Amino acid sequence: MRIDLEPRAEPSRWASIAAPVVALLLAIAIGGVVVALLGKSPVQAFSVYFIDPLSASWSLQALAVKASPLILIAVGLSFCFRANLWNIGAEGQFIVGGALGGWLALATHDGAYQQSLGGWWILPAMMLLGIVGGALYAMIPAILRVTLGVSEILSSLMLVYIAGYGLDYLVRGPWRDPQGFNFPVSVTFDPEATLPSLIADGRLHAGVLLTLAAVLIASVVLAKTMFGYEVRLFGAAPKAARFAGFSERTITLAVFAISGGLAGLAGIIEVSGQINQLQPSISPGYGFTAIIVAFLGRLAPFGILLAGLVLALTFIGGEGAQVAMKLPLDLTSAFQGILLMCVLAADVFTRYRVRIVTGAAR
Amino acid sequence: MINWFRTVAAVALSVSVTGAAVAADKVKVGFVYVGPVGDFGYSYQHDLGRQYLQKQLGDKVETTFLENVAETDSARAFEQLARSGYQLIIGTSFGFMEPELKVAKSFPGIKFEHATGYKRAPNLSTFSARFYEGRYIIGQIAAKMSKTHTVGYVASFPIPEVVAGIDAFMLGAQSIDPTMKVKIVWVNSWFDPGKEADAAKALLAQGADIIAQHTDSAAPLQEAEKAGKLGFGQSSDMSRFAPKAILTSIEDNWGDYYVQETKAVMDGTWKSHDTWGGLDAGMVKMGPYVNMPDDVKKMAEDTEAAIKSGKLLPFKGPITKQDGTVAVKDGESLPDKEILGLNWYVKGIDDKIPQ
Amino acid sequence: MNPDIVQLVLVTIVTAATPLFIAAVGELVAERSGVLNLGVEGMMIVGASVGFAVAYMTDSTVLGALAGTASGVLMAALFAVLVIGLAANQVASGLALTIFGIGVSGLIGSGFVGQKRTAAQALWIPGLSDLPIIGRLFFGEDLFVYAGIALIALVAYFISRTRAGLTLRAVGDNHTSAHVLGLSVGRIRLLAVLFGGGCAGLAGSYLSLVYTPFWSPGMTAGRGWIALALVVFASWRPWRVLGGALLFGGATVLQLHAQAFGIGLPGQLLSSVPYAATVLALIVLSWRNRRGAAAPAMLGMPFISDR
Repeated sequence: MRIDLEPRAEPSRWASIAAPVVALLLAIAIGGVVVALLGKSPVQAFSVYFIDPLSASWSLQALAVKASPLILIAVGLSFCFRANLWNIGAEGQFIVGGALGGWLALATHDGAYQQSLGGWWILPAMMLLGIVGGALYAMIPAILRVTLGVSEILSSLMLVYIAGYGLDYLVRGPWRDPQGFNFPVSVTFDPEATLPSLIADGRLHAGVLLTLAAVLIASVVLAKTMFGYEVRLFGAAPKAARFAGFSERTITLAVFAISGGLAGLAGIIEVSGQINQLQPSISPGYGFTAIIVAFLGRLAPFGILLAGLVLALTFIGGEGAQVAMKLPLDLTSAFQGILLMCVLAADVFTRYRVRIVTGAAR
Repeated sequence: MINWFRTVAAVALSVSVTGAAVAADKVKVGFVYVGPVGDFGYSYQHDLGRQYLQKQLGDKVETTFLENVAETDSARAFEQLARSGYQLIIGTSFGFMEPELKVAKSFPGIKFEHATGYKRAPNLSTFSARFYEGRYIIGQIAAKMSKTHTVGYVASFPIPEVVAGIDAFMLGAQSIDPTMKVKIVWVNSWFDPGKEADAAKALLAQGADIIAQHTDSAAPLQEAEKAGKLGFGQSSDMSRFAPKAILTSIEDNWGDYYVQETKAVMDGTWKSHDTWGGLDAGMVKMGPYVNMPDDVKKMAEDTEAAIKSGKLLPFKGPITKQDGTVAVKDGESLPDKEILGLNWYVKGIDDKIPQ
Repeated sequence: MNPDIVQLVLVTIVTAATPLFIAAVGELVAERSGVLNLGVEGMMIVGASVGFAVAYMTDSTVLGALAGTASGVLMAALFAVLVIGLAANQVASGLALTIFGIGVSGLIGSGFVGQKRTAAQALWIPGLSDLPIIGRLFFGEDLFVYAGIALIALVAYFISRTRAGLTLRAVGDNHTSAHVLGLSVGRIRLLAVLFGGGCAGLAGSYLSLVYTPFWSPGMTAGRGWIALALVVFASWRPWRVLGGALLFGGATVLQLHAQAFGIGLPGQLLSSVPYAATVLALIVLSWRNRRGAAAPAMLGMPFISDR
């Protein structure tokens, strides 16, 4: 027995909606069996995992805040991945963007008087610095690739570690809060350097709007502009793209700048909207998780929006399951893996006709 | 029909009321850990404290924990516990300070506790342990036991707690042997067994014959055992990992504190305060003194007793800083506030503090 | 410098490099067949937990290593079903495998936290192992090291000198022509992926059986990612994997020695040396032979036979 796949000319519309749903149900069924084997109620687990986070204002806000960096980074990465360029260093670009933008918040904070030296311009300038920092850091692997042919996979990954140690050094040394008993954190940002909350007393910050804007703009750029066409063609048929006179160099630099810039923006949004200070570590691996989000969303901005929300839901639901049902965190991680694999497996039905052939091969 | 509705409503109501009543006489205590409970180090010890609390107070208390919570992403974890009816919420890592403070402000009716930080609120207490007291003792033991007069120190991050630990260790060692040297390797991680092992190997190769550590895994101690040298356990009694090499361990003991605070919540006597307990309070415990001659053991026990009774203060003057300036004058002792923020080495340490 | 120190440093470097090159050489074979498996970290950590669990229960390092290897193969089989059977996206499937592996290893290992074993014994040949400087380096390592180097020699020979190796490369460089020639692309890729999983599992069990003989969650600490980077670094050539692993391990160990020596540079700067050194070495290599070493052309692309 073997499985035969036959590519569809057009992705099946019906299957592209049904497949993720079936995958989700399958993953839930597997998860339910495991939970039952552990002697807990699968029904309660389902409710804690998928219903509770969606049924309260605070957890919906938490969901948006958690999904936002994942979506923003993944949208940027989709440009790279579509052009068949492998930027896996978004984590480092996130850190550099957060650090450079955060630097402005520290520079405009008057330590002696505990007040801000700036005004309304600080936040936009921080966001801009975040983008610039991330984009510049992404230029290193891009330039190494176009000039020397150095693999961007390797250089971008190595730069993640270097960025991490760099921020660690800054926060433990020059950027340390002088009143902070020598603990490795910066001062808390002034209100002028903090992204405002959209809901009174809530955690939903204005950065979420920037994420939504990025999704919209990216979908227009990818689908409707010449540049978007170049990127897509470059990934799908590099020879044809070269024949058409597109410059590999320009596209490489451009997609790295976009993905680095958006990762940097995600970094400064996280620092300014959520953490409100610089710490030795500012990301729980968003730059890596976003790679999954990008592919789960089929490298399309709105798909990424949905994928980011689903992944964020599993994080929040997993915490709920730890609290309410004492299910171990490892179980959540294993379940996330199963869910992702089911979705990826189901995707095959969208792109191919699947036939199970019994008997001897042709 | 209407009657039927009423019955259902009444039943539902009574169920929810009894539910609430049951919850009310149980105090719910939630913990947020920075590492996995399986690290057999820092988070593991906090979880032992939680289990001790559960055992001591039995069905009067319900406990839960969130493990491996990233510090910058922790506000949600605290809020989740607060909204799930937990009345006492305990965060165990310094990096939780700002998020926990923020959440504490939004939930004034809930009590919060934060380990190793310094910001308090009317409903947020802080607590930590004087681990440096234990480090003074192991410094003395190391000075007695070392043949090369050189100790290797595997350190995590240059935060005040770790620097103060190194200083206390050195002050203890110098009180026995003023020529003691310490070599320090920073691994920039609390927990990376492979790297900790490599650091210990490097220290042993460069002439250290005793390994001290301020990282969480048993790897450095195991390397000492492998090389036929000596070492100390960290966080818990690690003798099973290195029965021949271990001299003693500095154990974290949070259980009694957790019981005390939970009881205070039950009685309604809980108040925001700062606790910095050492050997005296039992928050720091010394493991069994083994693999050493009786006179060294006697000395360690005497020092432990002297610290407990307050007769011996590890940071008592005269203390000279590395650069030769006077840190503490004779007859004085370093105030707590300065120990809490310590960022200088005492004289005799060759290393520079990474900035 | 004292010859004993030199010897100890060299031995430590080899130990630090061993889990890296064992995992990397397996991934190299998978990638040569055209399959990119980013799940190395996940397969390694499962290998570490299963390896320790079995070794602890049976009190046998050999059985532990075998079980760790087998668990890596099983994880790789799961991956193969997705990317070979169902043509799922390889990058995302590999990352999903890592998340899954981290969870599963934690569940398996939870019963073994705080347990210990004695490390596997190193080889000792009287006379030879006592030689100064090189004695322990060549004749006093643990058996995993020799097995790992033998594995590299085997893979190098297999890829460049055997017919099956030629087939493997053909599949990785152009699966359509390979298929036309009558090669079974799917089966060859399956075997290559399973081999890669086995190596990752073995490398993981090295960590929990020899390197630091206990289980703790997350103990691979990113070594799977480094192994992946080493394959690229080595431009898909087996012996260069060993060179890259020694370079990386060497930079890691030497920075610790530099600290112990009291060199007085910031720890963060020294800790980032291995990563910077890897990039620099790659730049130098690229300078010498531009575009000299390309990845297998079909890397990351699913194969669908058109019938």
